Amino acid sequence: MDLLKAENLNRSFGGLKAVDNISFSVGECLIKAVIGPNGAGKTTLFNLISGFLRPDSGSIVFADREIAGKSPFQVAEMGMARTFQHIKLFPKMTALENVMTGRHIHSRAGFIPSMLHLPGMSREEKFIRERSLEIMESVGIMDLADIEATDLAYGQQRAVELARALACEPRLLLLDEPAAGLNMRETAEVAGLIKKIRDSGITILIVEHDMSLVMGISDEIIVLSYGEKIAEDVPLAIQKNREVVRVYLGEDDA
Amino acid sequence: MPGKRVLQMAGLITGVITVQLLTRFTGTGYFLTQLTMSAYYSLVIIGLCLLIGYAGQISLGHAGFFAMGGYISALLTTYNLLPYKDNAIIAVLMKTGILVVRTNLYGSEILYFQPWVACIIAVSMTVLVAYLIGGPILKLKGHYLAMATLGLGIIVYRIVLGSAFFGEADGLSEVPAFTLLPGLKVSGNLSVRISNYYIAWGLVIIAFITLLNLVDSRVGRALRSIHGAEDASSAVGVNTAKYKLNTFVLSAAFASIAGVFLTHYNGGIGPSEASVMKSVRYVAIVAVGGMANLWGALIMGVLLNFLSLRGYFGSFDDAVFGGILIVIMLFAPEGLIRVDIFRYLKRAVSGEKAGEQNDGSS
Repeated sequence: MDLLKAENLNRSFGGLKAVDNISFSVGECLIKAVIGPNGAGKTTLFNLISGFLRPDSGSIVFADREIAGKSPFQVAEMGMARTFQHIKLFPKMTALENVMTGRHIHSRAGFIPSMLHLPGMSREEKFIRERSLEIMESVGIMDLADIEATDLAYGQQRAVELARALACEPRLLLLDEPAAGLNMRETAEVAGLIKKIRDSGITILIVEHDMSLVMGISDEIIVLSYGEKIAEDVPLAIQKNREVVRVYLGEDDA
Repeated sequence: MPGKRVLQMAGLITGVITVQLLTRFTGTGYFLTQLTMSAYYSLVIIGLCLLIGYAGQISLGHAGFFAMGGYISALLTTYNLLPYKDNAIIAVLMKTGILVVRTNLYGSEILYFQPWVACIIAVSMTVLVAYLIGGPILKLKGHYLAMATLGLGIIVYRIVLGSAFFGEADGLSEVPAFTLLPGLKVSGNLSVRISNYYIAWGLVIIAFITLLNLVDSRVGRALRSIHGAEDASSAVGVNTAKYKLNTFVLSAAFASIAGVFLTHYNGGIGPSEASVMKSVRYVAIVAVGGMANLWGALIMGVLLNFLSLRGYFGSFDDAVFGGILIVIMLFAPEGLIRVDIFRYLKRAVSGEKAGEQNDGSS
């Protein structure tokens, strides 16, 4: 059963084909990685899937619904959450408040009920807070709850961003370079965490440069080069794929 | 949470009563007039604080919304419909009590809109305009949004200044009292000065409490998230366009209500209320108060408007507010009042250590 299915996706910027006729699918409860050299179109692909960019052509079906051209918030409401290559936390809000904001689609209070603090508001707030703390605990950052998010160390900020995405309780989680800027120990922790998230039933699509991380955790890997898909397979097969090796190492295999 | 709110409300009410008693015992009852007017201006300012400080969207056109409320209700309550009383529609409106008759200073009868009806029409029209204009212009960001809202303010100003309908440079006068409840009316008459002080402050306190509730809620978090990182906000499912628009409309409604009440209080409204300098003044006060700080906006709103209305700034009045804006932007872009006063007081009272308390309110 495919949770996400992209067909013949295209997106150009000026004359540059950033994503060139890419098709792929992600099966439920798998970790699928997208790799490729810089400028291969990985982030563009992510932005197309999460609604931040509109494809020039092609279709994206998520949970049996067409989502190409939908806004990011609509895609989020359908059960897709993401993190960003450059961490985007909400400044002047504590780590807990950041995570609580991730509960947005699972809570309802609107303008007027919130202003009047209608009955039920307190209960909902309490539930949002408790659920957010649970999620922070599962990511191991419970003790950071009351610290302003942007004051945290880099690795901790990544964890808060991940917790915020998990607070959406997504079916599909897009991780854009979750190990960027992390040291080896932190990367290993992230790897363990990602597997744990997958085991909890969340499908993961990940863009990553760190090969050890990708090879260690992925169930399947897609390789992009200059906007085109050049390979899609299990990690072992990708490692042996001569085209992939050539793209990565610039090896002359003549 | 509600317990905290009750405490805050009690604090505010005590403050308001204390000030009134002070003016009574010091024989400075005349201050109440400016304090009442300041309260209405503060209503505009706290609404604008939500828009600028929390949702992160600038508006240099809020004097326009204030003027829309004031002018529309002034027009509806001063335009004499008596010559049309044989018209079928007018007759029906008279029968339902939407139109009423009063006798003016010169003894002639005037058929006009009941002030409650006028108020509701004025605020609804402002909300409609804010909604229709806000949709397209809130897609703009930063300087472009500032310029678009500035344009809106200028249009309203030129309309009220240029149309005979709105009294051109003279504005509209002889606006009647607004009877809220039997025996309780918004009017500048000296005999009701004290009750009007409490009407104005009652309105501000209610509005203020609703805003405190709002920023402390799911909606408040969504607004702050838009301000901080709009992409990430939409990625967690916040409909950023809708939230920005709702906040814009809400703050316009606050400005409009303030316009209606102050117009009835002053017995009229002139084009200066719609001027761009008024809009700049509102923004300057939000900035001094600390942008995302409702308490700061309220306190500075009362203080600076009071000083201005008492004439302490003399003929430099507008220059003072322009100057304040420049100085704040240069030296204290986070505003002068940075601490959450309420939290600070609570800490001082209970002797807690700094940093222990973090309840996320502002």
